[in-house]
Amino acid sequence: MKTNFTLNGTAQSIEIDPDTPLLWAIRDHLQLTGTKYGCGIAQCGACTVHLNGKPNRSCVTPVSAAAGKVVTTIEGLANSAVSAEGLAIQNAWNDAAVVQCGYCQSGQIMSATALLKTHPQPSDEDIDRAMAGNICRCSTYMRIRAAIKHAATDLRGEVMS
Amino acid sequence: MKRLKHATKIVTRRAFLRKSFQSGTGLSLALMLPGCVEPEDATKTAAIDAPDMAGTPFVANAFVTIGQDSTVTVQIKHVEMGQGPYTGLATLVAEELDADWDQVVAVAAPAEPAYHNLHWGMQATGGSSAITNSFEQMREAGAVARYMLVGAASQYWDVPAAKIEVTRGVISHAASNRQASFGELASLAAEQALPDFVTLKSPKDFVLIGTTLSRKDIGKTDGSAVFTQDIQLPNMLTAVVAHPPRYGATLASFDATAAKELPGVVDVLALDNGVAVLARTFWQAKQARDALDVSWNEDNAFVQSSADLFAHYRQRAETPGDSWIKEGDLAAAFEGASQIVEAVYEVPFLAHATMEPMNCVIQFNGTEAEFWYGCQFQTVDQAQAAQVLGIAPEKVKINTLLAGGSFGRRANAHSDYVLETTQIAKAHGKSVPIKLVWTREDDTNAGYFRPMYVHRLKAALDDAGNIAGWQHRIVGQSISKGTMFEPMIQNGVDPQTVEGAHVPYAIPAQEVETHAVDLPVPVLWWRSVASTHTAYVTEAFIDELAAAAGRDPLEFRMSMLDDQPRHQQVLALAAEKAGWGSPLPSGRARGIAVHQSFGTYVAEVAEVSVAESGDYKVEKVTCAVDCGIAVNPDVIRAQMEGGIGFGLSPAMLSEITFENGAMVQSSFHDYKVLRINQMPDIDVHIVPSAEAPTGVGEPSTPVAAPALANALFAATSIPRRKLPIGLKV
Repeated sequence: MKTNFTLNGTAQSIEIDPDTPLLWAIRDHLQLTGTKYGCGIAQCGACTVHLNGKPNRSCVTPVSAAAGKVVTTIEGLANSAVSAEGLAIQNAWNDAAVVQCGYCQSGQIMSATALLKTHPQPSDEDIDRAMAGNICRCSTYMRIRAAIKHAATDLRGEVMS
Repeated sequence: MKRLKHATKIVTRRAFLRKSFQSGTGLSLALMLPGCVEPEDATKTAAIDAPDMAGTPFVANAFVTIGQDSTVTVQIKHVEMGQGPYTGLATLVAEELDADWDQVVAVAAPAEPAYHNLHWGMQATGGSSAITNSFEQMREAGAVARYMLVGAASQYWDVPAAKIEVTRGVISHAASNRQASFGELASLAAEQALPDFVTLKSPKDFVLIGTTLSRKDIGKTDGSAVFTQDIQLPNMLTAVVAHPPRYGATLASFDATAAKELPGVVDVLALDNGVAVLARTFWQAKQARDALDVSWNEDNAFVQSSADLFAHYRQRAETPGDSWIKEGDLAAAFEGASQIVEAVYEVPFLAHATMEPMNCVIQFNGTEAEFWYGCQFQTVDQAQAAQVLGIAPEKVKINTLLAGGSFGRRANAHSDYVLETTQIAKAHGKSVPIKLVWTREDDTNAGYFRPMYVHRLKAALDDAGNIAGWQHRIVGQSISKGTMFEPMIQNGVDPQTVEGAHVPYAIPAQEVETHAVDLPVPVLWWRSVASTHTAYVTEAFIDELAAAAGRDPLEFRMSMLDDQPRHQQVLALAAEKAGWGSPLPSGRARGIAVHQSFGTYVAEVAEVSVAESGDYKVEKVTCAVDCGIAVNPDVIRAQMEGGIGFGLSPAMLSEITFENGAMVQSSFHDYKVLRINQMPDIDVHIVPSAEAPTGVGEPSTPVAAPALANALFAATSIPRRKLPIGLKV
């Protein structure tokens, strides 16, 4: 059975067991490997993508649930509806040297980008709420928090100018 | 002048690499290099004068290759798992080469003797040793390359080498107003003779070491970095394995009829320790694995429970063990004591729980094998895989990839998941790439845990409130036993059990003993190894003693550290920056701890707030670190921050427990780890130092638990003798 959805701006039609998690459809069938497998039970956030603009744990989302919808992964962030937020987050991540092993960071960045879209000036509580589902075993959390705030400031500066 | 110690290896490697560059390997490497940034320099008005030589890159030695485009490629012999060797080792090369940082690219070195860890005589990453063992070696590699570039310029310009300068990737001769890039002189440099000696810079002349540089493990914010999980090769199969439910259980029989009918399934194989399913994709393999009907023989399986084990350990702790330290007259100290304080501490098994569960890619064609994975023990894995396949170790090629965390897990003398992958490839018997993928549950179940331990401590305080005697017994499994590291066990004492338990304090009588317990639960080092528990129990017990003596925990420590100036210095610095002794709002308290591991001294002050409900929060951790020369200060800060967060997980949340031999935890819903809402602010201060650099990957981790325990002790007057503490006190 074919499932049709839009992935990073491109229409996709894949013949696949509809119960296959979206994560594995993206990784194994569409060969986009930036989205990571961490736990498979929506406990770690490494698999976070955007489904119709909202953060989604793709490891527990059957690909059938993406039918007719828009999926954005880390690879498509630059050309997505949240490209400004995504770019600000990625720049802030690099400037603050957030990353250590890096395995969780695609998911962290997708969650942080979605947060900035809905909360352009996130408080510490907003950050906790949006990011507590994303585990980082290297514990880069302090820099993640700082980078989100820097990205928010950068975006405000751009809007104002 | 400094004798070039590694000249022989460098020459050997040079010949080898030259050969590689003429083959497909070299080509693919060259294609991976990004475009080089034009070097900018104050001498840009000088005329460019360089030979017009098209040719091969300049392979200066095993570690440094300079391309025609001036890209400096540094072979990194330590696995990059977030701790920063791509940045750190490249910094050492670039410093002596006088390269521009932007022209430097870091790549993973192959598994070959030239890349051995100089501390251990094998290729391996661990013990916070990357910078420590490479500090001279990598600088020499850079200095040799610089010497040959200067020699090329000297020859081509016909000017004395001593009059040639190299600054940020530009070679110049001021008197004749000439300059060239590295790339322009690369071919001619390759023809220069190797130096007998190189002179390394004096630390006062460092321009890169000690500064903040961008990290070289790139591609981690746009999804382009390639981890093992991301390897895609033509016709690759994914393997998922059914493992025994308990340690010691063996495969009795299995029925794969249902599994084989599922789409994508290619093969089902019996292994030494399970049943492997090979399919076209991960999801197909997992569905088929779950459809297997497997019977296990559990006659000899592990059946114990954590509560019973702790009770047994506590009993053992009451009896004398194998002696590690015996100093002074302990009996007399207890006899003359004005107070005797006793405490029993307990810590559970811990999983490494790397974000990337263990995985490994192999292709075996019957005579040669090629691996792709986040390899941490190249020499060991290579030899053991070769043995399984019946080929020579040289026929096993390992492509070391970025690792999605390790914390010790991938440095395993048993090469466990690597050999499982190898067995699958051998049993499948076809020359196709196979990726073994463990699910999170597989990864947790497979174990190799930080062992559980019981510590019994007893100390004598004299009339003045000083420690007169100290007795410490440690009960737990030996990590070294049954491995190639077993010879490290002396008089029954495994250094991996006791390291860090020889307290730095001036105590006249001390005894430290161990009881080694045999269990079938697989155990392994876990970020900072024995210090994970020895630092916790000794530093928490010190606070119990300070309280019994009615003394301030900082003053108490400082008074016993007159012979340990580096301990004193980090303690004083952390205390000062944390405002130790200054008033705090109601419900807040501070705790302090200090510990040396891997040659690095770390003191931490934790500040906690405790609500009336008992909920507590770690508000802030102030950290002082003395790691000798700070090669990459921002990497050091990042390792201190992350290491403290990593240490707070077992202090507050994490434990692996067993019920009748079955593991209770399986994934992140029940094996709890620190999340962003639980992360404190961390303030890191690096002690300026001219001492040789020591490791930073591990030493902040073991100090977090005692700093927190001591802060909660200060807040509640109840000592915290069991980890994890939980989220309430």
